Amino acid sequence: MKPLEFLEPRTLEEACSLLSEHKEDAKLIAGGQTLRPILRHRLLAPKYLINIKGLSELDYIKELPGELKSGAITTHRTIETSPFIGRKFPMLVEMERSLGSVQIRNWGTIGGSLAHADPSGDPAPALIALGAKVKVVSTRGEREFPLENFMTGYLETALEADEILTEITVPYPAPNSGGAYLKEAIKAGDIGIATVAAMITLNGKQQVKEAKFVLGAQSTPPIRATQAERAAVGKRAGDNIEDVAEAAAKEARPQTDILGSVEYKLELVKVLIKRALSLAIARAQAT
Amino acid sequence: MKQLLKLKVNGDDHEVYVDPRRSLAEVLRNDLGLTGTKESCLSGYCGACTVLIDGKAVKSCLIFACQAQGKDILTIEGLAKDGQLHPLQQAFIDHFAVQCGFCTSGMILSAKALLDENPNPSEEEVRNGLIGNICRCTGYRKIVEAVLAAATDKNQAYH
Repeated sequence: MKPLEFLEPRTLEEACSLLSEHKEDAKLIAGGQTLRPILRHRLLAPKYLINIKGLSELDYIKELPGELKSGAITTHRTIETSPFIGRKFPMLVEMERSLGSVQIRNWGTIGGSLAHADPSGDPAPALIALGAKVKVVSTRGEREFPLENFMTGYLETALEADEILTEITVPYPAPNSGGAYLKEAIKAGDIGIATVAAMITLNGKQQVKEAKFVLGAQSTPPIRATQAERAAVGKRAGDNIEDVAEAAAKEARPQTDILGSVEYKLELVKVLIKRALSLAIARAQAT
Repeated sequence: MKQLLKLKVNGDDHEVYVDPRRSLAEVLRNDLGLTGTKESCLSGYCGACTVLIDGKAVKSCLIFACQAQGKDILTIEGLAKDGQLHPLQQAFIDHFAVQCGFCTSGMILSAKALLDENPNPSEEEVRNGLIGNICRCTGYRKIVEAVLAAATDKNQAYH
């Protein structure tokens, strides 16, 4: 790792000033679970690390009318074990349980994961399927926009050099909704070979009225499988859903790598989306 | 440029001058001489570096030592009290859950955090809780038995 200096802002405002002052010479560090290995491999060599892990003003989960707000520094473990999130967003808990290990989740943060924007990251597909928004802040003000538009490329986001991701907002699912986060990995907690996040809403308790499918572990930022979503509308438990699987496979963009070939990954997408849809319907019926 | 760090480890206060790039694992081992915490993959994968920070299991190789200031750090050296092994340590011995011993420090600390939070885990909960700790020797069965045994140990108050 190249030499660097730790800067310790005591407030978000100070952090924004420091980032505005140093811009690309600085990197924000929250849990550092992804950043530290990157620095050790010298993929990045900032002069300063702005430590925001201690900014307790960004560590919260707020139950508000109609929506949940989570601070960016909230740890994965806090989200995983929150009774409120367990009730309202069980799909998020399912996602967190598949992420790394307890140790990683105890220290790593939700904001850190999203800002890192690894296409194989688990939180983004799940949160996109839930219609999440993010807030970013700088000395120039704040902006808010859908998480779907936040990840722009491989490890790239819409963040300007002086901006900090501070908050994630997730609307409560409609009544008769159910979701699933399915991840195929070699070992529990590993990087996903293929991942699918699904949220569906039923008409009454029988037919899919609305579906959201997000494919992760692609060569691109998470993909909303809109054709698969359209194919899922009208389906009931037990219906043939091969058309949903075929549609998703056409929209997927995996790459051959050490985890598997394109053909294998496309096959996984088909399997996972069928399982996710069936699970989501069953869970919606159980509400 | 080195920086002064104040770390509280196993109840003791330490002041060390370290390069800010150092991980908590490096500082524990090299500056504080606490070599029970092991470094292996340096990628946050194997868990041999697991310590507890404020009671929560974390991978010390993935944490900058600077970020561990102002917290209560527990390493394997901090488990035994007055020469008496912690029930988990004794259970690992009694159930042959140690072979080469390299994963053991991290494994025991992960298990401690697990049992502190969930004193009566099922086998599945123990296996899930130890996902972050790899063992190349034992095949995990004896480790899981030891953790379950420590949980049900009625002779010693489990703390």
